[in-house]
This record gives sequence, structure tokens and C-alpha cells, in this order.
Amino acid sequence: MLYYSVKRLLMLIPVLLGMTLIVFGIIHAIPGNPALTILGTKATPEAIHSLNKSLGLDNPWYVQYFSYLKDILSGNLGTSIQTNSPISSEIWPHLAATIELSFVAMIIAVFVGINAGIISAWKQNSFLDYTAMILALIGVSMPVFWLGLLEQWGFSIKLQWLPSIGRDDIRNSVNPITNLYLIDTLLQGRFDQFWMVIRHLILPAIALATIPTAIIARMTRSSMLEVLKSDYIRTAKAKGQRMIWIVYKYALKNAFIPILTVIGLQTGLLLGGAILTETIFGWPGVGLYIYNAIQYRDYPVIQSGILVIAFIFVMVNFIVDLLYGLFDPRIKYR
Amino acid sequence: MSQATQAKPEQYIVKDKSPMIMAINDFWKAFRKNKPAIAGSIIVAFFVLLAIFANFITPQGINDQNIGIRLQPPSAAHWFGTDDFGRDIFSRIIFGARLSLRVGFLAVIGSIIVGTFLGVIAGYFGKFLDVLISRAFDILLAFPSILLSIAIVAILGPSLNNALVAIAIVNVPVFGRLVRSRVLTVKEEEYVVAARSIGMGDMRIIFHHVLPNSFAPIIVQGTLNIATAILDAAGLGFLGMGAQAPLPEWGKMLSDSREYIQNAPWTVLFPGLAIVLVVVGFNLIGDGLRDALDPRMKN
Amino acid sequence: MSEPLLQVENLKKYYPIKSGGFGKVSETVRAVDGVSFSVQEGETLGIVGESGCGKSTTGRMIMRLIEPTEGKIVFNGKNLMDLSKGEMRKARKDIQMIFQDPFASLNPRHTVGHIIEEPMIVHKMGDRKQRQKRVEELLELVGLSAYHAGRYPHQFSGGQRQRIGIARALAVRPKVIIADEPVSALDVSVQSQVLNLLKDLQKQFNLTYIFIAHDLSVVRHISDRVGVMYLGKIVELSESENLYNHPNHPYTKALLSAVPVPDPEVKTQRIILQGDVPSPAHPPAGCTFHDRCPVAMDICSKERPHLKKLDDGRMVSCHLFH
Repeated sequence: MLYYSVKRLLMLIPVLLGMTLIVFGIIHAIPGNPALTILGTKATPEAIHSLNKSLGLDNPWYVQYFSYLKDILSGNLGTSIQTNSPISSEIWPHLAATIELSFVAMIIAVFVGINAGIISAWKQNSFLDYTAMILALIGVSMPVFWLGLLEQWGFSIKLQWLPSIGRDDIRNSVNPITNLYLIDTLLQGRFDQFWMVIRHLILPAIALATIPTAIIARMTRSSMLEVLKSDYIRTAKAKGQRMIWIVYKYALKNAFIPILTVIGLQTGLLLGGAILTETIFGWPGVGLYIYNAIQYRDYPVIQSGILVIAFIFVMVNFIVDLLYGLFDPRIKYR
Repeated sequence: MSQATQAKPEQYIVKDKSPMIMAINDFWKAFRKNKPAIAGSIIVAFFVLLAIFANFITPQGINDQNIGIRLQPPSAAHWFGTDDFGRDIFSRIIFGARLSLRVGFLAVIGSIIVGTFLGVIAGYFGKFLDVLISRAFDILLAFPSILLSIAIVAILGPSLNNALVAIAIVNVPVFGRLVRSRVLTVKEEEYVVAARSIGMGDMRIIFHHVLPNSFAPIIVQGTLNIATAILDAAGLGFLGMGAQAPLPEWGKMLSDSREYIQNAPWTVLFPGLAIVLVVVGFNLIGDGLRDALDPRMKN
Repeated sequence: MSEPLLQVENLKKYYPIKSGGFGKVSETVRAVDGVSFSVQEGETLGIVGESGCGKSTTGRMIMRLIEPTEGKIVFNGKNLMDLSKGEMRKARKDIQMIFQDPFASLNPRHTVGHIIEEPMIVHKMGDRKQRQKRVEELLELVGLSAYHAGRYPHQFSGGQRQRIGIARALAVRPKVIIADEPVSALDVSVQSQVLNLLKDLQKQFNLTYIFIAHDLSVVRHISDRVGVMYLGKIVELSESENLYNHPNHPYTKALLSAVPVPDPEVKTQRIILQGDVPSPAHPPAGCTFHDRCPVAMDICSKERPHLKKLDDGRMVSCHLFH
């Protein structure tokens, strides 16, 4: 197990290096001089030249790449052009906001998706099954941003049940400790604020969870259908165990591997979908951070934002890989 | 056995059905029974017809502005209402079908061509090139696809065509991996070894023996990816990284009208419905094709 | 004896086994380990052995379908190993192959006519009309009919398919045909028909065959000389009748004792070999057969015997004859 983990970890290195190379390449492929972008069009040639020099932009590309790599390894993600502050400190609150949102969305997706899939498989070809599968089909075909807009229209504008923007109320903002507001409010014993944070989370989390929910439901259904037909389920049934017990205990355990895979893959979709969801709901996460950076052509922020998200995605899949062994003893780690 | 065939040859000269035609027949039989897939085909055909005949169908020009009738609710004159410039939303959505279908088809065709090329090189020639290409695929797939498209559009500049290119690039590794694994399988088939043994060159083997036997999964994946390509293009349009005004691209229409959602929800409702419907159509066809062509791909 | 048409010298194929994920070569599988033989024009050389002994690999290496690790393949005075990839492709016009599995070796999407025509297209022989005429001739030649050209492989029986494979091999008028277990996938009743066809064709076109099989009785029927392979090496090579009537190597004896004899009156003593064929990754030291040999001596586990010519022209690789 340890050997396998180390081996998998070592195999990550080329992927991570390749990622930095791509992100680095993207910024360098962008037309126009970064110094000019930073200084504005009125800059004097001398000023541009000296900034070029101080940024190391007069070096050949590989020298620049290695110094970029060195920066990243030492935790330096560059400086935002817009705010002129280091990105590594600026990005953390955004990252926390995205993690909180994605985490809640994933919980919704797993809970709703798995249960819908199980019930669909159990009551195969029933009205319930058809309804669930049609909803799942619409779910995978749904543009996240449109769903978000509809939610805002229905629940915020028309019904006025839930807030449509941000993580907290402007006049009652949360005092950040970890920047994970659900935890922060609990740590401070502010249960009123905890409730407020939850109310803010509901709409964006549902929007973000839609596609993963639909995919997990479809996947669960098909793997459950296979499992339910197997001999040991028939044996359990013959022994007179209650169906609901059989389904959840035996079958779920065996259907978990494919589901786990989907969860790993969906994290990428979730993190990608975050940029759209966060834009609509004014959720101050990495997605919105990148979106705003695009509007300002703040390339260092775009670069680092993309890198951070891709890094998280890779790590989640790494963990999912290791988790396989916990759910399927047949997988031997060599 | 050779004696048995000594009968008058003439009466046996029947042009036999090729396995291709038989496969198509079998496929059609399976596909026809799949009602959802038929529904999907009808939806997609409907949108394709709309796109082709957009000029004849649309009641108004897509860019006919009339501030006097801005943000009007659906009516007999304007089925889907009007937007903030007083343009007819129904007409714009029909023309938008053109843009979305074009992006979907071209992006996927582009990524199939490039992905097939790279996948064949990796799978057939192997060794160093395989390692290089497969690693590159791994790395590209490590990025969430919409983020990578955004980054590519950031390089190329925001426009619908650049969004198309970005989506195509992002999809290349999907097809590349698929083709590579098919090539690895087919390459070991004995008829490919036989083809080499008669002195056949690599190119001829690839085009006459390997690719024709790798076709089914590419078609399935391609159909499903048209759906995601349309979604991604709309997403990019929504973020201002795709189609630019005044193009009637559905995602762009949504982002333009979101500020009017309170008073004129129809401006947001209909473009979104159009996206959902066409994407549902492609997903249904894709699922149906998978069941009919390649039962092993079912999950 | 005249100059042989095809001569194979010290042919080897080693497969490295990588383990540990760091590209380290930990073991080598010696699939073929120094095989040498020569074939005269118009002759049939049989190669027999159990599955996994390297006989098919040897056959494929002669055409360089599998790239040999080492060795020389001299055909018509030219070393095929010196040829570039493109030149080798052209050289395959003279050496063709018939495959074991008549179901897998024909592309299911192509018509029989196209399958037979394809080698001629590849080697740019004749125009379309001439090629099609030749396809019809070839079909008749192998006992099928001209009108079969428009059909697809799945419409034929196994024996008929193997005839199609033979027609394909003959299309470019080769000098040598390597037949890799051409009848082992066929029903016994069909086997002899195909074997007889191969014999007839050999007479008609002065073909040279390398006939690979695991079944000694099949090889006996068609071969002039026979080589017996064990664990990547030839252990005995001699005239067919000689080999069958007076086998020398203990392994050959064991193999022959397993061949059923049609006469129930004849009592044969079955020699049962102990153990399994060792892994080619870990061949026993000395003679690779010593751990299963019923007559092994001390020297056998220490020194490796070499293929040696006996007085009567037979070649044996065994310490008993050294």
C-alpha cells in the first residue's frame, strides 16, 4: 500500500511539471508585451525596458520557465497586476470559498445521485425510475449558468426565500478565521451567521451539483442493476433478508468502485463549473477571481488560478485512486 | 467442399451484402427499437432544419432593432418576446441554432481528426512517440476542460471561432486516447499481421485495416461530445469569451439579458430552453448509438 | 548440395521484462535462442515443437514481422537483416505466409477478391483487369470458384477460408511460403485436403515451404526434413523418414511416442515426460531439457550441448551423441 502510494505519487511528477509548462506557455503565447499591459499604453520605452529586465522577460524562455518553476516550488505564485499584492496570499480566501461550495455541492450530488440511482435500479422500469432518469438526462444537458439564473429568478426574485449573491450579508459579514465560513461561524459560536451562510450556499450549491448528481445517478443505476442480478443478492433474498437492507448493505458496497471513479472525474467538472456558478452568484471563489482577472487582463492571476485548480483536480484523483483499495479488497497494491 | 461448388456458377452470382451493410442493418434494427434515441434524432433533425432554413422561417431580421418595442412579453407577433433592443427573440434563437450546431459539429470533427492522427501515431508506432503523446494527453486531461478553453481563448482572443478552436483542442485527448486504445487492439489482430506479411506499408495498413475497424466507438463518443461542445460554447459565450455582440449565440444572449431577468424573464428562459433541448437531443442519440453499436461501452 | 535458397544463422529473439516501473530490465525471456537451419529450393522444412517453444516466432522473424534480436537470414544470397524497412517490405514479395487462424487472418470487412488482390496492389503488379483475372485464376487454383470473389470471409467454412489465405499468399508468386500451423485450426477431415493442396501447389510452382506445426503426424506428411524445437532451440534436425523411424534426441523420442499409431496391434512404449516446460525466462542451466530428460547425465546440468552433425547427416543437440 505504501509502496503503491509512493509510486503513484512519483508518477504525478511529470503530469504536474507538464501542467506548469502548459500554464507557463499559455501566458507566454498571449500576444502583447506583459510590461506594456502592466504599465499601460502611455509607458515610456525606458520604463518598459527596465520592467522587462526586472521581470526577467529578456531571458530565453527556458530560463524564465525554470525561475517560474522555482517560484512556484517556493510558494510564490506571482503578483496580481490589478491589486499589486502577492497572489499566494490573495488566493487563499477565494480557494476556501470554492472548496466550501464544491464540497457542499459534492455532498448533495453524492447523496441525491446515489439514492436516486439505487431507487431507479431497485424499481426498474417503474414510473419512479423513468422520472429519475429523465431528470438525470435533463441534468446532464443543463447549462449550469442558465439553471443558476432560473434559481435566482424563482427563489430570490419571485419568492424572496433565499439570497442570490455572495457568501454572506454585507451588513453582517463573517469574521474569517479559516475562511471556510461554515467552520468559522461555528468556531465563533455565531449560529445566526451559520444559518445565514447556509442560506447563501443553497442556490449555488444546487446549481453546481446538478450535472454531477445526474451523472452519479445514471452510473449508480447501471452498476446497481448489474449487482442486483448477481447470485449473492439472490441468495440474500432467498434467505429472507429485507430488500432495503440487501440493497443498501450488499449492493452498494460493490457498486461503489465505479461510483468512486465518477466522483473523481466529476471533481474536475465541479471545479470547472465553479467559474460559471461563481460568476452568476457573485460567489467570491477562485472561479470569480479568474473571471475578474480575465476582465482586467490580469495574466498572473489567470495563470496561477488555473494552475491551483488543476493541481487540486489532480490531487483529488490521486486520493480517489488510493481509496479504491479501501472499497475493493480485490485490488492489490503492488 | 470444393466439389459442392461445382454447380453452375451463374446462378450463384448474387451480389452478396457486405458486412458493412449488414452491420448497418443490424444497427438500424437495434437503434429503431430505442425510442429515446429516435426522439433524440427527431429533436436534432428539427434543429438542423431550423438552422438550414433559418432565412425562410424567421419572421424578423435578427438584428432589427426597435427600441419602441423593447422587452415585450411573448405575443402573436413575437412568439418568444423581444429583448432589450427590441429584437425578436424567436428569430434570434433560430439563427442561434446555426451557430451552436456549427460549433458543435466543427469542434468535434476537428478534434476527431487531430485526435485520430495523434492516437494512431501513439498506438501504431509506439515507443517514444507513444510515451510523449500519452503523457501530453494525461496533462491536458488534468485540466478541467472549461478552464483550459478559457485559457486558450485568452491567448487567441475572444470570438466564437476561437471558442470553437479552444473546444476542439480540449477534446483532442478524449479522441486521441480512444483511438490509441482501439489501434492497440486492432494492431494485434491477425489480419493486420497478415497485411504486414504481404509487404503492405504502414499507411495502407492504417487506412485500410486499422481505422475502418476503429470507427464505432469514435462515432459514439463524437455524438456525446457534440452535446458537451455546445454546452461549453454557450458557457464561453456567457462569460464573454465566445461569441461577441451582436451574434445571436444562445450563451451570449443569456448573459446579455440576465440583468432584465426580473422584469423580462422570457429573455432568459427561451435561449436556455433551446440549449437544453438540443443538448438533450445529442445525448439521447449518443446513448442510443452506444447501445446499438458498442454494447461493451455501456456503463 | 547446391547453395540453399534460405539460410538462417543463429537467430535470436530476447524479450526484456521490465519491472519496478522504472524501466529496469530485470529478466530476459529467450523466446528463440540461436536457431540455425537452411532450406533448399523446392524443399519443405518442417518445424515442430510444443506451444511456446519459439517456432512461430522463428517463422515470423524470417519475414521480420518480429524483429530478431540477433542473427542472419540469408535469402538468395542476400542478408535480409541488412535491408531497410522499405526494402524488406519489397522483399516480402518473395516470402509469403499462411496463418494458423483462418478466421482472424482475413479482414472481415473486405471481399475475398479484394483480400487476394491486395498483395498485388501493394507490389504494383499488373493493372486492375489483369489483377482481377489473376484473382479468378487463383481462386480456381486453390479449389474455390471465380464467383467467390464477391463474397466475404464470414460466408466460408474454415477450410475454404484457409484456401483463401493460400490464394492470397500465392498471389505475388513467392518463392518461399512460411506456413504457420496452417491446418491446426481445421477439422481433421479438412486437414488432409488442405495439406494435399499445398503439396500439389508446391509441385506446380516449385515452391519452398517452411512448415510450422505442433503435430508431428501433420509434419511428417509434408516435410522433406524436420527440425524439432524445445525452449527456443533446435534439438534435432534430420530427414523426415529418418527422424520418425530413428529419433535420436530423448525429447524427439518422447514426442514421437505420443503420436497415436493407426495400427492397434503395434504396441508403443509411451514416454511420459516429468514436469512442465520451464519458463523461457529461467531456462535450466546446461542442457535446457536435462530436468525432464529420462536419460540425463551429470554433464547435462553443467554443459550446454550444441547442434552437432552425426555421420549420417543428422543433427542432434545432446550429450549422448558427443
